[in-house]
Amino acid sequence: MADVLVIAELSDGKVRKTTLSAITFAREAAPLLGGGFSILVLGAGAKAAAAELTGFGAAKVYACDDPSLAQYTAEHFAPTAAAVGKSFGVVVATASSFGKDLLPRVAARLDAAYAGDCSAVSGEGGKLVYKRPMFAGNAFGYCTLSTPLQVVTVRQSEFAPAAPSGGASPVEDVAKAAPGAAAGRVQFVSLEQVKSARPELGDASVIVAGGRALKERFNELLEPLADTLGAAIGASRAACDAGYAPGDYQVGQTGKIVAPKLYFAIGISGAIQHIAGMKGSKTIVAINKDSEAPIFQLSDYGLVADLFQVVPELTAALKAKKAAG
Amino acid sequence: MKVLVALKRVADPDNANKIKIPPSGEKIDTAGLEWKLNPFDDYALETALRLTENGKNPKARLGEVVVVTLGPKECETTLRAALATGADRAIRVEATDEELDGRIVAAALKTIIAEEKPDLVLMGKQAVDGDNNQVGQSVAELLDWPMATFAATITEEAGAVVVGREVDGGVLTLKLGLPAVVTVDLRIVAPTSVYSAQTDRAHKYAEGVRFAALPAIMAAKKKPLVVKPLAEVAGGMSRTAHYSKFEPPPQRKAGVKVQDVAELVAKLAGEAKVI
Ligand SMILES: Cc1cc2nc3c(=O)[nH]c(=O)nc-3n(C[C@H](O)[C@H](O)[C@H](O)COP(=O)(O)OP(=O)(O)OC[C@H]3O[C@@H](n4cnc5c(N)ncnc54)[C@H](O)[C@@H]3O)c2cc1C
Ligand SMILES: Nc1ncnc2c1ncn2[C@@H]1O[C@H](COP(=O)(O)O)[C@@H](O)[C@H]1O
Repeated sequence: MADVLVIAELSDGKVRKTTLSAITFAREAAPLLGGGFSILVLGAGAKAAAAELTGFGAAKVYACDDPSLAQYTAEHFAPTAAAVGKSFGVVVATASSFGKDLLPRVAARLDAAYAGDCSAVSGEGGKLVYKRPMFAGNAFGYCTLSTPLQVVTVRQSEFAPAAPSGGASPVEDVAKAAPGAAAGRVQFVSLEQVKSARPELGDASVIVAGGRALKERFNELLEPLADTLGAAIGASRAACDAGYAPGDYQVGQTGKIVAPKLYFAIGISGAIQHIAGMKGSKTIVAINKDSEAPIFQLSDYGLVADLFQVVPELTAALKAKKAAG
Repeated sequence: MKVLVALKRVADPDNANKIKIPPSGEKIDTAGLEWKLNPFDDYALETALRLTENGKNPKARLGEVVVVTLGPKECETTLRAALATGADRAIRVEATDEELDGRIVAAALKTIIAEEKPDLVLMGKQAVDGDNNQVGQSVAELLDWPMATFAATITEEAGAVVVGREVDGGVLTLKLGLPAVVTVDLRIVAPTSVYSAQTDRAHKYAEGVRFAALPAIMAAKKKPLVVKPLAEVAGGMSRTAHYSKFEPPPQRKAGVKVQDVAELVAKLAGEAKVI
């Protein structure tokens, strides 16, 4: 019997929605191990944030509330995550930039094997089997870990956000574990956030993504379309590299992995690294002037056209439709 | 500054369509695949070279770059290519790919780093074959060194590096006292991403990585390359991540082409019912 520990992620003192995917994993994995799960919240204001997580069926919600944790750095977070984690069988977080940064460090501290970015979990003879996308999504591997303690991150797009199940998990304070020498040499300088009223890429049910073809008119063309649809904006690597879109808009193998209800690929050729990040979308629309573009091989609806002409048309048509109710 | 760069050769991801998975699913068939340096490691090497030169005068090397790989003999091609591009020395740890997982690679690199004592360790943020994204963070923890993952910019300051990290929602900047570990993201090879202490902050690099000149390829054959057995650097460890089965992802089918915006909107509303 072993239990699962979920590491919660905070943003401005509030629980980030990413946490709810790790909870879903815990709900699936714990019964396979014959155990339950708990949640660890780390940060300044963790105590208040922990109260947001008491209704999910966790045996306990641990809160490590410490002013030195106001800004996330792995060097300050990993020792406490490991200290709490060591009495569990599995430590999990969602594979956001936070989880991907922190959890391998926690794994090394616990001498635990690690499986990153898992898309499903199953049980076999009392052991967990993790399904992982590899080779830019061109293969799934089924992975087992043979250390007594295991550390994993899970894909947000593959584990639906957990809904509250009622109950009131007790909140327990934990003291911050003494950090190592590493913590003394890391200093937070700044966090430049792209503030936007649009939904986050990971949560959006509609995404409008643009490629290199949009050039300097990326925002001018995509923002009105996204706003009409209530969509998040994504981009190809080429569009980010060229500076048309910020780096954190990137969708793909090495960017965000998304699976919205509706995905627009506009002026995106459909390289394997891009497809790896969006092929789980329910409906895919491609707009490209090249009828041979690989993106058409996986899109449900393809429009061969000049985007500079049809994107404004599409925005206008959707607006008109909305106005008509 | 002395920089150690960890390099892995991988099955060329742009040829990944050629990955074959036999019906038994017991392994990935790499026969016939092209091998190349993991692209992120290529960027890490370029970063190391930029940090050990004055960008205006790259021919005069100002520091030392040591490249390390764990893998079979064939990986020496990758190391020689890195030496030709400008690295000074190479180390290969003799191992088959089957013997390795992220935990062992990290432990082995820790041993080598403890011997080499570099100021900075640079790696790719992930190897694009296993897509693990594990080794850099693990090495930093084993060494008890500070780290910055997903680096898009690095500027050297006295005894420190200031690193801009690409994170969800924006760019997070950290200052790390050396020695430290940094894993690099795609945009680290943009023209204004990396500045050594000597490089003028107005300098602009050419986009991307540099290529070796022919004389350098010849000269690289004489640069030192040592081989160490895995047992010497990761004694007593065996792999703890095991893959029992592989399978191809479900294929999506191509849908229909629509004639115009009106037809598209009609299909999205009436057929797909997504708007
Ligand atoms: C290690 C590594 C990691 C990577 N990770 C990612 C990743 O995470 N995400 C990602 O996206 N990429 C990634 N890439 C890059 C990827 O290989 C492609 O280079 C990239 O996705 C191409 O972007 P694009 O489709 O915008 O540009 P292009 O390939 O240049 O395509 C532009 C498209 O626009 C079309 N077009 C041009 N003009 C018009 C017009 N007026 N109207 C309509 N259509 C037009 C063209 O026909 C073309 O199909 C990675 C690459 C590497 C090596
Ligand atoms: N066999 C290896 N030899 C040398 N470096 C490696 C090896 N495997 C991984 N690395 C390094 O660790 C980084 C992250 O790899 P991974 O954690 O496997 O995704 C890579 O970009 C390399 O810099």
